Amino acid sequence: MTDVPASVALGTPGQPVDVDKSGDDGPPAGTPRRRRRRLRLWIPIGVIVAYVVAGVIGPVIARYDPIATSVTDRLLPPGSRLADGSLALLGTDQVGRDLLPQIMQGARVSIMVGAATLLLAGIVGAAIGILCGYLGGIVDAILMRLADIQLAFPSILLAVFVAAVLGSSVTNVVLTLSITTWPIFARVARAQTMATKSRDFANAARTLGAGAWHVVRHCVLPAVASPLLVIATVQLGFVIVAEASLSFLSLGIPPGTPSWGTTIANGRDYLASAWWIATIPGLVLAVFVVCVGVLGDELRDRSDPNLSTR
Amino acid sequence: MLRFAIRRLAISALVLFGAATVVFFAMREVDGDPAINQLGPDADPAAVEALRREYGLDASPVVQYVRFLQRAVTFDFGESFRLNDSATNLVFTHLTATAALAAAAFAIAIVVGFALGTLAATRPNGFFDRVVSVLSMLTQSLPSFWVGIMLILIFSRFLHLLPSSGAGSPAAMIMPAVTLALPLLSVVLRLVRSGLLDVLHEDYVVTARAKGLSETRVVGWHAMRNMLIPVVTVAGLEFGSLLGGAVIVETVFAWPGVGRLMTDAIAARDYSVVQACVITVAAIFIVINLVVDLLYVRLDPRVRESV
Repeated sequence: MTDVPASVALGTPGQPVDVDKSGDDGPPAGTPRRRRRRLRLWIPIGVIVAYVVAGVIGPVIARYDPIATSVTDRLLPPGSRLADGSLALLGTDQVGRDLLPQIMQGARVSIMVGAATLLLAGIVGAAIGILCGYLGGIVDAILMRLADIQLAFPSILLAVFVAAVLGSSVTNVVLTLSITTWPIFARVARAQTMATKSRDFANAARTLGAGAWHVVRHCVLPAVASPLLVIATVQLGFVIVAEASLSFLSLGIPPGTPSWGTTIANGRDYLASAWWIATIPGLVLAVFVVCVGVLGDELRDRSDPNLSTR
Repeated sequence: MLRFAIRRLAISALVLFGAATVVFFAMREVDGDPAINQLGPDADPAAVEALRREYGLDASPVVQYVRFLQRAVTFDFGESFRLNDSATNLVFTHLTATAALAAAAFAIAIVVGFALGTLAATRPNGFFDRVVSVLSMLTQSLPSFWVGIMLILIFSRFLHLLPSSGAGSPAAMIMPAVTLALPLLSVVLRLVRSGLLDVLHEDYVVTARAKGLSETRVVGWHAMRNMLIPVVTVAGLEFGSLLGGAVIVETVFAWPGVGRLMTDAIAARDYSVVQACVITVAAIFIVINLVVDLLYVRLDPRVRESV
């Protein structure tokens, strides 16, 4: 639908705010700028690892019981003592469940959904993109037009519709979000494939009698992998926000499994009496998404400075 | 130019037809029957059957589909199953609320985005630029439903300044419009900033400065005109995603817009309203995309010649 402006439209909005534009040639090691760049890589990685660890072992240490209720512990502010003497560091919700284990459980669900979505959308998108880029012709025209059309619609609206049709379950959230994200992977894979398939080393392989599969596997795939990883990092933030939004609209994760979105939705009804229920999971989510965003931008700048302008 | 426009129109019509087809069959794949939804699970089977006949759901899917297409070309999507009004009417009344919200958000994003972007670009890497960069990254990554809830918490619950929901007064529009505007605002801001930085070193800007023109005129006229192209494209395309984001913002602030109408209608299996909503929204997107493409051709002489 938008062949002319698409390149501009897609290249620019995600462009990193490049504060270090003047230092493209890389100042010597040990300068403040270098150090800052290193921090921009390692701080987000550290935070993300902490989240993953909390999501994996948190629910094991602090058991979260989705159906437990405790009337005396309802709506306690952060730092209160519960009836059984334990400390509710982040407060309790409307039925007296401790928020901290709930949020850690939410981290587990959100990160798992995000990873599964990116895996599924990445594999399907890459396969379609490579197919289109390698074959060209009518297959390419049809599939890429489909991707264009889909990208022209706002993904959250599409996700709301697909999620409503599929019904709410963890698997369906992954499916929904994969359906809305595959074109992004397909586009990058296709562009990269087209750029690689006629390079000298690919031609050399063909001259030596290599078949299409061999060329794709050994020449195209390695070139496609690294930009796809970068895109996946950038998309992780969007996918997790989309999952939370769907769960907030009660179209995503079903109520029995706490996710950040469902906890925030619960807290919305208790804003007047218990601000922490909606606020804290949102902050936790925001920190994660910001870290993923910074990491994605940083990886993109490192892997290929031209990617953002393409 | 004319051929370009005609080709685009033809593709648009095809896309709209595709959207109509998908929504028609997808809705019928969903579990749940509108008649049973209406009458309750314990209803008399004869009554359910009668209601199904009244809605025209007893016919085969293909017959229903043909009937639906025939009526859709005249903007007739049938009666709502639950709201006692025609689907077309419902969509249009709710669309005005969404349009008002989207227009306000768009205006906020453009005005504030241009102002902050220009200020940031005049002193790249300065203190203000850095603050703006961090803020724009934050607004882009924060989920808008949470931002909305936080605004309600601060401005309605703690400060008692603004109403937390509804569309009764102009003040009620402030928070939803700001929430909706934030992601677009940061996109516009980044585009304006990087666009200006790119052109500020061009020869014609140097010439304009050398002529002794004031800085306001150099930046606001000579440089600005040339960075408008990407901004117009993206701002136009993003206007579409404003309508998408409206679904969430409308839910948070109980704004009576088309997004909420659609999510409610999907939940209630109100086929005619869902179809009307999806087709209307799709049509709006297609028109926006078309206008942006044509505007782009007008703005950029290089594209104009290649077309």
